[in-house]
Amino acid sequence: MPERNQYGIKTLTIDGKEVCASEDQTILEVARENGIDIPTLCHFSGLKEIGACRLCVVEVKGSNKLLASCSTQAQEGMEVTAHSPQLKEFRKLVVELLLTERNHVCAVCVSSGHCELQTLAQKLGVDHVTLPYLHVKCETDGSHPRFVADHNRCILCTRCLRVCDQIEGAHTWDMTGRGIGARMITDMGEPWGNSATCTNCGKCVMVCPVGALVAKGKSVAEMTKPEFLPYLLQMRGEER
Amino acid sequence: MTLDELQEIAEKEREEQKKYTHRVNVSVAAGCLSLHSDQVLKILETEVQKRGMENTCKVKGVGCMGLCAAGPLVRCEPQHTYYRGLPPNQEILSAVVDNLDGAPLPEFALSPDVPFFAEQQKIVLENCGVIDPERIEDAIAVGAYEPLLDCISNRTKDEVVQEIIKSGLRGRGGGGYPTGLKWSMVAKAPGEQKYVICNADEGDPGAFMDRSVLESDPHRVLEGMAIAAYAVGASKGYIYCRAEYPLAVKRLKIAIKQAERLGLLGKRIGDSDFEFEVEVRLGAGAFVCGEETALIASVEGKRGVPRPRPPFPAYSGLNHCPTLLNNVETFANIAPILRKGGDWFASIGTEKSKGTKVFALVGDINNTGLIEVPMGITLRDLVFKLGGGIPEGRKFKAVQTGGPSGGCIPEQFLDMSVDYASLASVGSIMGSGGMIVMDETACMVDVAKFFMDFTRDESCGKCIPCRVGTTQLHGLLERISAGEGKMEDLDTLERLGAMVQKTALCGLGQTAPNPVSSTLRYFREEYVQHITEKTCAQGKCACSNTPAATAGE
Repeated sequence: MPERNQYGIKTLTIDGKEVCASEDQTILEVARENGIDIPTLCHFSGLKEIGACRLCVVEVKGSNKLLASCSTQAQEGMEVTAHSPQLKEFRKLVVELLLTERNHVCAVCVSSGHCELQTLAQKLGVDHVTLPYLHVKCETDGSHPRFVADHNRCILCTRCLRVCDQIEGAHTWDMTGRGIGARMITDMGEPWGNSATCTNCGKCVMVCPVGALVAKGKSVAEMTKPEFLPYLLQMRGEER
Repeated sequence: MTLDELQEIAEKEREEQKKYTHRVNVSVAAGCLSLHSDQVLKILETEVQKRGMENTCKVKGVGCMGLCAAGPLVRCEPQHTYYRGLPPNQEILSAVVDNLDGAPLPEFALSPDVPFFAEQQKIVLENCGVIDPERIEDAIAVGAYEPLLDCISNRTKDEVVQEIIKSGLRGRGGGGYPTGLKWSMVAKAPGEQKYVICNADEGDPGAFMDRSVLESDPHRVLEGMAIAAYAVGASKGYIYCRAEYPLAVKRLKIAIKQAERLGLLGKRIGDSDFEFEVEVRLGAGAFVCGEETALIASVEGKRGVPRPRPPFPAYSGLNHCPTLLNNVETFANIAPILRKGGDWFASIGTEKSKGTKVFALVGDINNTGLIEVPMGITLRDLVFKLGGGIPEGRKFKAVQTGGPSGGCIPEQFLDMSVDYASLASVGSIMGSGGMIVMDETACMVDVAKFFMDFTRDESCGKCIPCRVGTTQLHGLLERISAGEGKMEDLDTLERLGAMVQKTALCGLGQTAPNPVSSTLRYFREEYVQHITEKTCAQGKCACSNTPAATAGE
């Protein structure tokens, strides 16, 4: 059908449902548009995809590898399986790995009840952890006047890095170290409060899916995060 | 420089070399250098001068001769002999020079007819140990840059690509992707600016194929890159070499300068419009930077972490431009293919795996070193014929191919042919060519733990399955090796391993569990013994009941 292809519109199936995608749309975007929920943690609408959390992996007929739906473009005739027992098992295991990595104790977390990791664990039915806890020891940085960075709760999704770089343009956040020793840092590893580049805009706090970046003065379960885009507009002093 | 001018240089150099009736080649690649072969070279030179033989006897430093176990190696002609383990000792070396016309010193002589040398078929390494890697004239005398200039003046870009497709050459870095197909993709990818990158970030423990090629015959790699650049339409190239290879980097830089001086790199190559500049970029030794997208990020000056593919570098690579990325050994195969034809190359090896492969034989093996053999040779021949078997008559246990991304192959598959498909069928991979041989004293839990420790340490930390998964796998192995494991840990190893393989972002994570899954597949009883009897039969692990551990207390 050359005519349709001329406009870059593609049809494909996701979990057996026929859907259509415009040019440049990813599988994840099309799926969510059509009410098919694929879990994600590093994805954030408006930020560049990095395909790091691997929760959104899907099976595509004809490919022997699982593909990250956030960074795979929808193609004409694709047959995508977004939900299968194996995918569910893998996703549960990803969440379990995160839960064992650092210190995710909801009972003492300011973000409890408003945490994407917690919600996801509940949704996927991760009711216990079978692997040993690693409890990688990290620092808590309270040097910023308005915010706190508790790296013990960080899941390294790098949303803070990307929003700071791609939206605010400050690039205060970055990543250092590698493997299990990887950490988010501000500037060249100086305390956040001493950062010369941080504009105190708070976007990183707003996009943090967990309780790693939070506002000061909040107690357990008190940290809520508004929808990011309206918040951004508010920051600019515009009406929604 | 035109083809005629090049041939003139080659002819002149060959005439020059004919003057010498005797030739003494001393290996000055990193392995032999560490055994002071530079001093051996110097002493031999003085000894020759002392006797006033400098016009008839040529003493020259050359690249790697392969048999690392017997370094420093020296090759004497026309005596037709190798000398092994020559110390920088004036008396001995003086005797070597004195005996150039007589019988070689028996205690150091090594015949080139032993299987280690005789059973090899050299394409990539044909000039290694023969030419002086720091003199371009020496390389030109054996035909370097002739295929390049021939391509530029006599073949279209498409003909070059077709020749590579015909050869059936597959990527030698580990993945085994058909090289011709990759070239054709980059050639067809739209874009004004294209790049050629050579992956010299060899990081597998125990692998040194690429290092030896770069140290011994850097012009071969540069020529391969230039031919690739001509074929795909690139004008700029990078060699991404790890900083741990200072000698390779030094010789590469010398080679680039020499080639530029002669107009074989740079602008107006072969008096045509074709231009190609090459720059060396140093990697800081992160294993993950051998992964193509991480390597490209590193060349761009960014943090070396992989990104999801597609888009593949062939369409969007360095600076979002179409980029051809091949390994050192792949590029080293290019010039011979164009000189002798794709059909010739395709006649070597097996049906699906063409040509030869360079392997680094290491571990519990007599002839530690570098070899090049046709694809399809059996593992048994590799280990026992060329490799000379296991030291002290111990029993063979397993061989690890493909480094930390590969698997352990047990004795029952020794008669298997070494090619991409066969290795994959037993749960390993061809990889870049490291072959770690293990004898009966090796504990497979310990081996798996070693490789898992490596990948855990080298994981970049970007994706969760690799960052946390490899750490958890390593933790489970540590627990088992300490005699504290439970039987259900074996299921967890398998379950978690399968998940990491399937979901990790890049090749590092996707292959990281291979050493665990293959040892579990073939040596499960050893794991069970560690768990139920809390014993390591080989005494390698610190289990509570291990004899060695008890004795140490």
